[in-house]
Amino acid sequence: MAKFLLLMNYGGTTNCDTPMDQWSPEDVRNHIDFQQALGKELADNGELVDAQGLAAPELAVNVVFTGTGTPVVTDGPFPESKELLAGYWMVDTTRERALEIAARASAAPGPGGVPIGQRIEVRELMSAPAATDL
Amino acid sequence: MTGPVEDLLRDLAPQVLGVLARRSGDFALAEDAVQEALLAAAVHWPQDGVPDNPRGWLLQVATRKLTDQWRGEAARRRREDATAAEPPPGEVPAQDDTLVVLFLCCHPALSAASAIALTLRAVGGLTTAEIARAFLVPESTMAQRISRAKQTVKKAGSTFAMPGPDEWAARLRSVLHVLYLIFNEGYTSSFGGELHRTELSGEAIRLARAVHAQLPEDAEVAGLLALMLLTDARRPARTGPDGELVPLERQDRSRWDTALITEGVDLVVAATARGAIGEYQLQASIAALHDDALHAEDTDWPQILALYRLLERMTDNPVVSLNCAVAAAMVHGPETGLALVAELEPRLPGHHRTAAVRAHLHEKAGNAAEAVEHYRIAAARTTSTPERRYLLDQAARLAHLGDGS
Repeated sequence: MAKFLLLMNYGGTTNCDTPMDQWSPEDVRNHIDFQQALGKELADNGELVDAQGLAAPELAVNVVFTGTGTPVVTDGPFPESKELLAGYWMVDTTRERALEIAARASAAPGPGGVPIGQRIEVRELMSAPAATDL
Repeated sequence: MTGPVEDLLRDLAPQVLGVLARRSGDFALAEDAVQEALLAAAVHWPQDGVPDNPRGWLLQVATRKLTDQWRGEAARRRREDATAAEPPPGEVPAQDDTLVVLFLCCHPALSAASAIALTLRAVGGLTTAEIARAFLVPESTMAQRISRAKQTVKKAGSTFAMPGPDEWAARLRSVLHVLYLIFNEGYTSSFGGELHRTELSGEAIRLARAVHAQLPEDAEVAGLLALMLLTDARRPARTGPDGELVPLERQDRSRWDTALITEGVDLVVAATARGAIGEYQLQASIAALHDDALHAEDTDWPQILALYRLLERMTDNPVVSLNCAVAAAMVHGPETGLALVAELEPRLPGHHRTAAVRAHLHEKAGNAAEAVEHYRIAAARTTSTPERRYLLDQAARLAHLGDGS
């Protein structure tokens, strides 16, 4: 058992180049229904720690401390907005199951019900060592 | 909740649940009712004093809660009548159902995570909030996990009884495994920071004691309890002043808990004298040999190596083989250990422990550059914050000594 973050970026879809704001209302509804059903399943299983969607990249800013004076704050939109995080799930489960959940999330339906093939990055959270002494 | 009232409630919880589940034939509802009774006791007893017959008190309150739950479900009126016909609580047989409840909580239909959660609640008497806190998940997540576990046990058609003789041994094994996992979780886990969560390992020891009290002749039960005690004895020396890991060979052995060591050694000696040899017993024997050595250099490595070889044959577990390689290195020199690690590596691809052992053995062999390299690889692969810090410290220390960089 460990905790895993399943990260979803704006880009990285294998089967769908159309941004969601250009999908048909029915396709959007099906996609959202799918996400809600997945979230409910994880919650019902007692696996879900947290899941959040992030506000749009238009609202993102970058902050860099330059060593002197005031930090530099850069407003979006950023040229690489496809690399920005769209949302995440945190699950408490086995590695095998975390990969299975990621595969399910990746198959969320897009236009015409075709799975979008979203790339999901799976990251294990740091925890503690096994009982065996080093 | 702390102190004697809490201890009493934890001891009584599985017994009361056992009686109620047996009477009602519904483990899930009985478990809810017992939780409510425990909460009521936790509020009233510290104020009003512990009743003369605490077990009878809990059973009476839990029975009332159970009846309330049934009344709430009109469709189950027939069962309500059946309850009304039950004998009044108080004439409780002196039988201890702790073991029956434990066997049910470690049902093979449950995942390890679910069995752990259910065991801590139904047998350990911990609240859902306490269990959630121990595993660092929201309370709603843990509540759902426990509720799902109870449904699974119910669906599996499990009756509230000891498993039959054909199932018994396998079920006891899964009970011991669940207790071992709880102990390990408590011994090591937490987010980044502190290394010990004593509550869980203390709970695992308490439960292992309860099983041992019920099955004093079972060598593996005794072996597991001994292993926990002998490992727990080193707890005070396992972390340094800033919470950093201190490896076994550098621990201040005067800080080990000698009372726990004595108890653990006695248990494992008695179990071994009975003839049967099991995995936990072997692990406990190895832990006892470590705990017996006044100084790291007094460790009886030839004997530890012999025990690891036995364990390796019994389990076919690559991590055991890795420990075996360490012991072989201590007896025959680091080159022997390194050769064994190279042999077993395909069975543990990308495992941080393999890299850590390799680093350690290279250091012993005087190959500083290789040691630094493997300490860094191990640090990159571990998911443990204190361990990563330890491994990076080793790499930095060696790199700054001279030729490694």
